[in-house]
Amino acid sequence: MDEISIFDIAGPIMVGPSSSHTAGACKIGQFARALFHGTPRKVTFYLHGSFAEVYKGHATDRALLGGILKMRTSDPLIKDSFKVAAKKKIKYEFKKKFLGKRYHPNTVKIVLENSRRKMSVIGSSVGGGVIEILKIDNFNIHLRGRAGKYLSLVVQHDKNKTVVPELKAKVDALKGIRVHDVEQRTYKGKTLSILHMGGRRIKLPEVIELEKTTKHVDFIRSLSKLEKQ
Amino acid sequence: MKYHFQTAEELIKLTKRHNVPISEIAKLYESQRSGNAISTIRNKMKLTRDFMYKAVKTGIKSNKKSIMGISGGDAQKIYESLKNLKRMMGNKVTIRAMAYALAVSEQNARMGRIVAFPTAGGAGVVPGVLFSSAEHFKAGKRKLLRGLFCASAVGLIIAEGSTISAAKGGCQAEVGSAVAMAAAGLTEMRGGTPEQCFDASAIAFKSYLGLACDPLAGLVEVPCIKRNAIGCMNAIGASDMAMAGVQSYVPFDEVVRAARDIGRTMPRTIKETALGGLAITPTGNRVKKKLGLRITREL
Ligand code: SF4
Repeated sequence: MDEISIFDIAGPIMVGPSSSHTAGACKIGQFARALFHGTPRKVTFYLHGSFAEVYKGHATDRALLGGILKMRTSDPLIKDSFKVAAKKKIKYEFKKKFLGKRYHPNTVKIVLENSRRKMSVIGSSVGGGVIEILKIDNFNIHLRGRAGKYLSLVVQHDKNKTVVPELKAKVDALKGIRVHDVEQRTYKGKTLSILHMGGRRIKLPEVIELEKTTKHVDFIRSLSKLEKQ
Repeated sequence: MKYHFQTAEELIKLTKRHNVPISEIAKLYESQRSGNAISTIRNKMKLTRDFMYKAVKTGIKSNKKSIMGISGGDAQKIYESLKNLKRMMGNKVTIRAMAYALAVSEQNARMGRIVAFPTAGGAGVVPGVLFSSAEHFKAGKRKLLRGLFCASAVGLIIAEGSTISAAKGGCQAEVGSAVAMAAAGLTEMRGGTPEQCFDASAIAFKSYLGLACDPLAGLVEVPCIKRNAIGCMNAIGASDMAMAGVQSYVPFDEVVRAARDIGRTMPRTIKETALGGLAITPTGNRVKKKLGLRITREL
């Protein structure tokens, strides 16, 4: 199921100037925001590699922040994302940082915070607006964000064997959705599971229901909101 | 997957088995991959085409400079020159293609809305070549859609086998890929066989192997914008060669492998870091200074 879409090549529709440094950056921001769930009060961006060298000219900073503000890659407002963030009282900061050799040159680590929680997300923009999310907090993962649908659920739960089978059964019981495969990473008693699904997109009330009725679950995030670009 | 392909060889085989052009396989592939109907996919490409067209039309009229002020206004100059073709050496299709490519790339530099095809840096070439040619052909609109699908299929093979990221492969990955895609798309629009499409594409792509990505101050403006215009000439030339029966001695798939190897061994300074090449000429450094960037070296 990991085939590139024709529309990863013929697209995205975006505001310039760079598909990897602007559109891709915006998408990483969108992902981070969707994973964080809720409004962050403070966002710190650690720019790695080429992102660190040329971010200003490519408006990578504005695009990353635009993504955090839920702007689409084609939104002309990206140009003014600093102003929009100020209006929404979201603090932001950009720092250059070498994140490690294993990362693609276009990589950023985003740390989002509000009074209740803090989350860090590492994402790479690998060309033509295609992105990969490689780390959420302490969990090394591999989520590809491509044109079209992101039919994945990201679940953090206690490390035990029952949560995922239970969730999988519940999702499979929903009409028109099936779980294709599950990726898991465990760190210190907690597990991050990514359920890749096929079929229609899952609705928000369904996600909330899953979160409410399943024990040992810290949070469930649906990425299908990010569907249309 | 029935319509799966990762190489030109596989794609050509599919076109033979089903007796259809490359564009048709591209649609079938996408339909199978996404589970959407062919009509949905065609409509999505139409929408993409409309956005591309808008970028061309807006860009061609605009004289506005880019945000940093180092580009803008050339599309109009070239477009104006169409009125006096006698003074130009290129023909109407090629000059117009350059004007369109400049228009899109200048829009991109202004942070205007464009379609990355396959990337934003190389976004001018495909609309430049294909839109200008479509105006030349009868039933151009229909053919244009075929050209876009065919070009996308070629881009997909490059993305799978090498890269379309300049940070990984330099400008061969951006403008180079775009030119290879446009050459194939145009060749299909002209009624070339799938083999001819890939010959055109290989001939075009070979001319871009090893091209540095060295934009001034890291801005996607200089040399990017004009590279898009010249890329149109290259694509049209390669397509002409293929249509005249010239073959690429090195097959397309091997050219992609070469691109991958070159991308890997290319120094970091010329892979979208603005640390080498044109970016560190005195002119390049002047722009860097204006932007408040660190000067590392001067040639
Ligand atoms: S020089 Fe670099 S930024 Fe400019 S078009 Fe080529 S790859 Fe893109």
